[in-house]
Amino acid sequence: MDLPLFLQQLLNGISLGSLYALIAIGYTMVYGIIRLINFAHGDILMVSTYFAYFGISVYALPWWLSVVVAILLTALLGILIDLGAYRPVRHAPRISALITAIGVSFLLENLGLVVFGGRPRAFYRPDFLNKTYELVGVHIFSLSIWVPVVTALLLALVFLLLYRTRVGAAMRAVAKDMEMVQLMGIDVNRVISLTFAVGSALAAAGGIMWAMKYPQINPLMGIIPGLKAFVAAVIGGIGNIHGAVLGGLLLGITEILLVAFLPSLAGYRDAFAFILLILILLFKPTGLAGKDTIG
Amino acid sequence: MQQKAIYLVAVSVLSCIYLLFCLPFLSLAGEPIRIGVYLPMTGPVAAFGQMEWAGIQAAHQMHPTVLGRQVELVLVDEKSDRIEAANAVSRLLRKEKVKAIIGSATSSNTMAGAALSEKAKIPMVSPTATLPLVTQNKKYVFRVCFIDSFQGEAAAMFAYRNLKARRVAVIVDRAQDYCVGLASYFKKAFTRLGGKVVSITYCQTGDQDFSAQLTSIPASQSGLLYLPNYYAEDALIARQAQELGLNIPILSADGAQAPELIKIGGKAVEGLYLLAHFAPEGAATPLAKEFMKFFKKTRHEETSGFHALGADAYFVLLDAIKRAGRTDGDAIRTALASTRGFGGVSGVIKIGPDGNAVKSAVILQVSGGQFRYLTMVKPW
Repeated sequence: MDLPLFLQQLLNGISLGSLYALIAIGYTMVYGIIRLINFAHGDILMVSTYFAYFGISVYALPWWLSVVVAILLTALLGILIDLGAYRPVRHAPRISALITAIGVSFLLENLGLVVFGGRPRAFYRPDFLNKTYELVGVHIFSLSIWVPVVTALLLALVFLLLYRTRVGAAMRAVAKDMEMVQLMGIDVNRVISLTFAVGSALAAAGGIMWAMKYPQINPLMGIIPGLKAFVAAVIGGIGNIHGAVLGGLLLGITEILLVAFLPSLAGYRDAFAFILLILILLFKPTGLAGKDTIG
Repeated sequence: MQQKAIYLVAVSVLSCIYLLFCLPFLSLAGEPIRIGVYLPMTGPVAAFGQMEWAGIQAAHQMHPTVLGRQVELVLVDEKSDRIEAANAVSRLLRKEKVKAIIGSATSSNTMAGAALSEKAKIPMVSPTATLPLVTQNKKYVFRVCFIDSFQGEAAAMFAYRNLKARRVAVIVDRAQDYCVGLASYFKKAFTRLGGKVVSITYCQTGDQDFSAQLTSIPASQSGLLYLPNYYAEDALIARQAQELGLNIPILSADGAQAPELIKIGGKAVEGLYLLAHFAPEGAATPLAKEFMKFFKKTRHEETSGFHALGADAYFVLLDAIKRAGRTDGDAIRTALASTRGFGGVSGVIKIGPDGNAVKSAVILQVSGGQFRYLTMVKPW
């Protein structure tokens, strides 16, 4: 493999990996604060792409406006899911919340099939994102630049929220000791609702970037990005936000290089991601970057 | 007062029991013939299922009776999943007690269901399962589409003679028996003609990112990309090929003929060639003309290949039941196997050895956001 080809594959990997990272940020943030693996994260992502789709294609809003509306609606959806599904089991054993999350995931998928229909729909991509640049034999697709930029931007925003605002301080406090925070007179439920709102908005941002890169949406599209983001979060140490970005990039690049160097194994790249998950859980369960940095 | 109430209750209970016992006898004369349908109405290949179901329904509306009895369709969704496909067929056989089955759209899932209906001796007709293996060594399994050994050879011939391609790269969906089979038939035929398949790489149904596979293609200097996959993967592959600056013609297969290919693929699929079952411009039989008119009137949509084949599965089955004169599995099976020169929607259908339809294919090209008819390939 010559250099331009290798660089091209590396770029493909970074481009895919930063998408995983973007989705993993929301995943790991929710876990870091309330210790819940929100298996419905991928399906919330799916719903957000439909919000954006309907905004653009049915209500004929400008694309940026429907993206904003979709992110806000998805944040609201996150709050509603927390209210309806997670709050009632807040003080139950942690496994109950996990099972509830799986239930919410199935509910969203099947509701999506009924409401949106099973056939895939084409997602709109604004023209300025349709460009491809060429540099020393490497083709750079404009979204391959935009996705990492958006990921970095949102990562910075999440850190600002957590470490520079009062709400963020409350979130970190909830992460440390939920009962104690309650005794201090902080409305824990409101803090958690807000956590879900932010987590879902991040899922929406990730979902919409995903749908722009791979402009095809269907009610089951959230499963694989959700699982991959979960793997990425575990690789980086679940609950650890910059770890999730690291894990996402690592997963994306290894997946692409696996296909590039061993093309005959290309059909098994998902299996490979899960093997990686098992290896990490066996040998370094706290992830590469260590866990629990929130707080 | 109370006595009267008790009396009323007693009368109504008794009349209910009476009705329950008599109803089966009352309706025996005109009891509908139940035909089971299992198709992917949801999941990655839902477009096939929904188009075929629309075709079957329209065909049923045109001809709703046979042997003087109503035909009743029972639809079960197989969710684009082979385990669900087996479940669907077992439900149709055990619970719904159907006389014959139509389905399914893809080869892998049809095979999952066919084993069960073969065992139950209930005939099954698939509209679009093209893999040869589907009907091999099965007495009760039929199809109304051509098979992939023919399709692969026809595609290779078109690539070599018409497109003048000599070196071809192939990306195959490894999760589908149909795609793997088609790729190997194509490779065999193309090599025999004197061409060379320079690279075969794999993906999986539902994959979204193909950049790694596509990046490894230019190095092998290929002049054509052959994609024997379903529409969702092919549309995304075409788009990403363009984004990576890979501008070579693409040849695809019958699994790509869905409106979604164009909606998702956009400009990237302009000029894409595909081998397909049906084109309205090539339709010649009287039934095809009648059906296309009826479909346009009731569904406000042009007939596509999958509509046509769904309808043909129903029409061929109905014709067999009529000729059999009975509805037991063996009688229908024998009549199906002796189908000759049936003027279906997608062309003239003869059921050959192994229950396979022998018929011609068409070559289409995407142009101006539509599938346009280029030429017809007759079976040899």
